[in-house]
Amino acid sequence: MVDTEYMTEELVQSRKAKKFNLVLGMIGMFMMFAALSSGFIVYTASGVDKGIKTLLPNTFIYSTIVIVLSSLTLHLAYQAAKLEQLKKQRVLLLFTIILGIAFFALQLHSWSVFTDRGIYFVNNNASQSFLFVFTGMHLAHIIAGLIVLVRCYIGAAKPIPFPDNKFRMNLATIFWHFLDVLWIYIYVFLLLNQ
Amino acid sequence: MSSTVISHGAAHHDSHDHHHETFLTKYVFSQDHKMIAKQFLITGIVMAVFAMVLSILFRIQLAWPDKEFPILEVFLGKWAEGGRIKPDFFLSLVTIHGTMMVFFVLTAGLSGTFSNLLIPYQLGARDMASPLMNMLSYWFFFIACVIMVASFFVESGPASAGWTIYPPLSAVPTAIPGSGLGMTMWLVSMFLFIVSQVLGGVNYISTILNMRTKGMDLWKMPLTIWAFFLTAIVGLLSFPVLVSAVVLLFFDRSVGTSFYLSDLVVGGEILPNEGGSPILFQHLFWFLGHPEVYIVVMPALGLTSEIISTNSRKPIFGYHAMVYSLVGITVLSFIVWGHHMFVTGMNPFLGGVFMITTLIIAVPSAVKAFNYIATLWRGNIRFTPAMMFAIGMVSFFVSGGVTGLHLGNAALDINLHDTYFVVAHFHLVMGSASIFGMLAGVYHWYPKMFGRMMDTKLGYLHFWLTFIGAYLVFFPMHFMGIDGVPRRYYAFTEFAFMEKWVSVNLLVTWAAIIAGLAQVAFLWNFFSSIWKGKKATQNPWKSNTLEWTTPVEHIHGNWPGEIPTVYRWPYDYSKPGHDDDFIPQTTPFSETMSSNLPHDFEGNEEAIRIQNEWNKQNNREIVE
Repeated sequence: MVDTEYMTEELVQSRKAKKFNLVLGMIGMFMMFAALSSGFIVYTASGVDKGIKTLLPNTFIYSTIVIVLSSLTLHLAYQAAKLEQLKKQRVLLLFTIILGIAFFALQLHSWSVFTDRGIYFVNNNASQSFLFVFTGMHLAHIIAGLIVLVRCYIGAAKPIPFPDNKFRMNLATIFWHFLDVLWIYIYVFLLLNQ
Repeated sequence: MSSTVISHGAAHHDSHDHHHETFLTKYVFSQDHKMIAKQFLITGIVMAVFAMVLSILFRIQLAWPDKEFPILEVFLGKWAEGGRIKPDFFLSLVTIHGTMMVFFVLTAGLSGTFSNLLIPYQLGARDMASPLMNMLSYWFFFIACVIMVASFFVESGPASAGWTIYPPLSAVPTAIPGSGLGMTMWLVSMFLFIVSQVLGGVNYISTILNMRTKGMDLWKMPLTIWAFFLTAIVGLLSFPVLVSAVVLLFFDRSVGTSFYLSDLVVGGEILPNEGGSPILFQHLFWFLGHPEVYIVVMPALGLTSEIISTNSRKPIFGYHAMVYSLVGITVLSFIVWGHHMFVTGMNPFLGGVFMITTLIIAVPSAVKAFNYIATLWRGNIRFTPAMMFAIGMVSFFVSGGVTGLHLGNAALDINLHDTYFVVAHFHLVMGSASIFGMLAGVYHWYPKMFGRMMDTKLGYLHFWLTFIGAYLVFFPMHFMGIDGVPRRYYAFTEFAFMEKWVSVNLLVTWAAIIAGLAQVAFLWNFFSSIWKGKKATQNPWKSNTLEWTTPVEHIHGNWPGEIPTVYRWPYDYSKPGHDDDFIPQTTPFSETMSSNLPHDFEGNEEAIRIQNEWNKQNNREIVE
């Protein structure tokens, strides 16, 4: 209702296109991880001495729970943004950011779990190096996601006009959910190959 | 609930008219698709000249392996001590020539220029979906170019493992000088380049799907747009795979991992890396690398379609077939990468599968070639320079494509692999063909880009010297390849069976030098016409597409008033019954009653009824 008053036809079109840009970008990111997955499969199949050869640390379970929770809080924040409840939106966004940082820390912690077990990045069994590549590349995307969330928070704190805030939140939510699903994909992929 | 937001919306809407610009925002950090297209084009031309000079340098070495050219030492210093190019530098020249031509000239220079210029223009959009991303796309590309050129200024020289940078050569920094810092810079440059391509490609796809003007449904789009669209899809799906390959290679080089490395002894020392697989890199690389050659050639095919149809004054033959063949090439391009790897010890059954998929690509390619010829057939051809280059493009596409059938055949490829036959094949089919498509585009859309015309006579001179030169350079290479001469070899005099080819190399090098000099005609024409060319009219080629409905002077937002509505496909040339030999896409059918055909109305019964009534009143009979 509000949108129709505010949005000119061209703005509606351009926003639709921007949202579509994000979807395409996510396809590109997914292709990168798909390439890593197929690289992992080809490499691991090249010999019986290859493969992860260890159990995935429990921290991966915790980090999975954390990132799913963060998706939930972000979803609620988006709902709040749609209802113009700025304060609620900010609080929930803050929760999401904290959970995102917690996820980051947990992943780093699992790296130290690996190194404690003698599994290093520089490794003659590159299947084990792949563990670091998968999680590391995902974390690089998480950094981008956190920047997006902080930008949303700034938008809600200022606050920027309602439709802009809603649109920004919409894109951020899609992207963060994607990062969530991407992690679950990586985790399941690694579980199946451990 | 809505009171706070009106002003912002109004400001946004008006921004097309009151857009204050500084020098910096207009010419440097521009977000306008027309300016970004010019930036891509001029950067691409600079890179092309650079890469061409590199090729002349290694051609000199191949033609006169025993002669000294003191002038080379003046410019190249220790890389040409005593006036002879050193073997290490020879490899660098070959590598960077390939990298720049494939990626910077024929990918960014071609797609970047014409996608940016034509997608908003031909679809009737004010600009790209995200002008900011578009600007970033150019600047990432620019930085990638700077880093690649800068690698010539490091002590150990630029990368020299070939443009395919196969490990282990590229992955062991101590292997050869070119695998040192130069290789790292190559990887960084390529990473930035991929970011640029993904940003650009995402924007192209999104703009095409979301920002078309009223009436512009997908089947009314010019074939240029179809080609850019499918090219961008191929790029979006394949470039991220190269990121993965490059990242792993980077770790192998700089961190010490063993993704690609195993059992190596360099300079008498055993390397610690164990268990890696260099073949893994080839798989990842060619999963991008093969689609990449279609990224290079498809925009050229699109531009050629448009130019040939316009200048034959005939509808493109088989519009739908042209689109479906592009779609076919797009899909098939992802399942043929193994044909680059027939000699890697691949399972022959798998090789057979890749062979079949590869040979199937000949079908859509042939459809395109025949459709071009059928479009020319009995056309009212205007041999503008753009048209000459477009026809030249078809010629190279055919003569280079035919040898693709030989190479795609595993049994033959095992003999021809890594010989000059391969060099001849891809320089004709994707090198010369694409560059001719690109030049055709430059000559054709120059008036749209700069508001002036290029000189026609210089255009013809440029065309004939380049066309004949390219054939003289690449055609003899087929015979060298069949004789088993391997590519990338430094001096033919070192091998008895190759020595007889040195005389052929002389011919090739002279042809290359003359064709290279011919580019001066182009450069002069291009740059001097920006200021001194004849002023262009709004629609100099009497073309149907939307870009020619915009004013000659560039304005922000492209059209001064409303964006025009589209009523018909873009290829209504020489339509029987119409007084002019072209009908722009913006002309409604109500204004062309004397030339409308029943199928124009796409089953709209009311329109057909009105037309039939008109036909009866005006004694018009339609013989189809």
